[in-house]
Amino acid sequence: MFRNKAFSLLKLIPLMSGQSNVAYKFIHPAIASPGHRCHRSVEHRQRYTMCPDSAGGRPISAPQTKVMAEEELPGVLILDIGGTHGVLENLAALLKKHFHLITMKEFLENKKEMSKKIQSVFVFECRPAIDRELLESLPNLKVIGNSGVGVDHLDLKMISNFGVKVTNTPHAVADSTADIGMTLMLASARRLVEGCQIAISPDTRYFAVDWLGVEVTRATLGIIGMGSIGYKVAQRARAFNMRILYHNRNRRRKEEEKAVGAHYCEKMEDLLQQSDFVMLVVNLTPETHKLIGKKELGLMKPTATLINISRGAVIDQDALVEALRNKVIRAAALDVTYPEPLPRDHPLLKLNNIIISPHIGTATVQAIHMMAEEAIANMLAVLNGQPIPSEVFPK
Amino acid sequence: MWYHKPVIKEELLQSLPNLKIVASSGVGIDHLDLNLLSSYGVKLSNTPFVVSTDTADLGMALMLASSRRLVEGHQMAVSPDTEYFPANWLGAEVSGATLGIVGMGTVGYKVAERAKAFEMKILYHNRNQRNKEEESAVGAIYCKKIDDLLQQSDFVLLSVVLTPQTQKLIGKRELALMKPTATLINISRGLVVDQEALVEALQNKVIKAAALDVTYPEPLPRDHPLLKLKNVIITPHIGSATEKTRRLMMENMMESIQAGLTGLPIPNEVL
Repeated sequence: MFRNKAFSLLKLIPLMSGQSNVAYKFIHPAIASPGHRCHRSVEHRQRYTMCPDSAGGRPISAPQTKVMAEEELPGVLILDIGGTHGVLENLAALLKKHFHLITMKEFLENKKEMSKKIQSVFVFECRPAIDRELLESLPNLKVIGNSGVGVDHLDLKMISNFGVKVTNTPHAVADSTADIGMTLMLASARRLVEGCQIAISPDTRYFAVDWLGVEVTRATLGIIGMGSIGYKVAQRARAFNMRILYHNRNRRRKEEEKAVGAHYCEKMEDLLQQSDFVMLVVNLTPETHKLIGKKELGLMKPTATLINISRGAVIDQDALVEALRNKVIRAAALDVTYPEPLPRDHPLLKLNNIIISPHIGTATVQAIHMMAEEAIANMLAVLNGQPIPSEVFPK
Repeated sequence: MWYHKPVIKEELLQSLPNLKIVASSGVGIDHLDLNLLSSYGVKLSNTPFVVSTDTADLGMALMLASSRRLVEGHQMAVSPDTEYFPANWLGAEVSGATLGIVGMGTVGYKVAERAKAFEMKILYHNRNQRNKEEESAVGAIYCKKIDDLLQQSDFVLLSVVLTPQTQKLIGKRELALMKPTATLINISRGLVVDQEALVEALQNKVIKAAALDVTYPEPLPRDHPLLKLKNVIITPHIGSATEKTRRLMMENMMESIQAGLTGLPIPNEVL
């Protein structure tokens, strides 16, 4: 099932004398420019109380490294195993190969003993939240390994002040997120969700012949944010004969542009005015916050579609609601909103020219597994004093 | 003729002594009796090439939407009951998976071109093998036996023409040969699939899911079991339903009609 992907990103390297832990070298599949992507909206709050039906604390048998017993492996803190927000069970098994797994519940029940053991935290879907209180209670914490590329939910400066490193997983997320961008673009253009509803509705007696979508092939795609994910989107869109424009902090090399037929737009306005589809693939920073607002939406074609696979806060959501209501743009397709999920009475949920997916950019069996592997490799590199594949620094 | 209407029956042909040509929209002609038309000396044209890219695009859309559970996901995102997005809600990856294309005509080939950009492994089954350059341009591997394709594919996409030979091409046997993790995508004609066998296969998880732009009939009766299955997405035959393509179809049909009326060689004539 996991075909051509560089599935096993961890490669065992020989133990060196004096090294107490098994060391791993991270192999990543392709050279890609770092793109720090965000995973959850800033207001995400951690719950220290466990869900009643969580499977927290139950040990899962997994093969142990022959070299050491479980307790001698470095401790990694996670929110929980299983349940609604915990680490998936098969990922926990992966972690257990290299770490002594400590859930938040176990930590809180026995802070004195556990706090010293925790050298790393595995942040999965933004949990556990990393606040000052937690950092103060973990004297031996060296690294926070984030599953996912976005780190907008982490206070990088505060964490850095505690001498703790932060790592993310830019390589594991790229294919699946690019795929979701393409999925949203195609589904929106061809009115797929609406179409499904018509096909199965009890009221449908015939299929109307004048029911039309818009073309993707040969249309113009404007990619805002041409990092690893943006570039993979361009590679896919090129096969649809799309004309590709892009806007980025820095221009890509000529060979890279040529390989996907992408034209650089130094001014974002030029991209907005010419594109049939505008796709947002930036990371969330103070500079990209509300990057797309009323002015930008006004510059877009009235026949254009906005697709967001970056972070909800990159768009001024109120401006988007207005633009969609007044047909300033044709439609939107969002994998991300602010917050997630939206309040149930939010106007975006009531519009019929919008598709919203529940932040599933990396929600595939393969990607989730690769993200855990990449995070593990990063955390081990920090703990073993080796070059760190994907460290994130505060600005 | 737009969307198979008006229906061409003998009675109609008898009542139109000066009828020279029937121009049919779209590429499929399974709804027409070619022998009947020919016996009245009426020519026939279709619009084969202009529909290809839109239909290929829709095939890709169905494959991606099915594998990433987009329709379900959208419903969750907008449902009044949703309080949070669960962590263990996962789809399957398209990038790097194996796509088996059954019917490598114009549409099938365009699907292969698109799928290649997703680094998919591409297998295909066709009446005739394509030439080496065409195969290597999309990295497609020929499967002389459809069974080989069915057994190895994560996604099986049907883009054949409907003929007596392809009717019920995919039945109980073929579905059982597919992986239990595989998805069937149909952008050809509903009759290419044995629908009852498909319902059973989906109910019993013999295959994982199906995504159909075409069924038999269209629309399905409102109590049809396919409408109730969670692992199916159905679109209302929208393979060529874009403004640009419909306009191009009309232009093609105009050209064919004009040629037919003036006795010139007819573009897109069906013989």
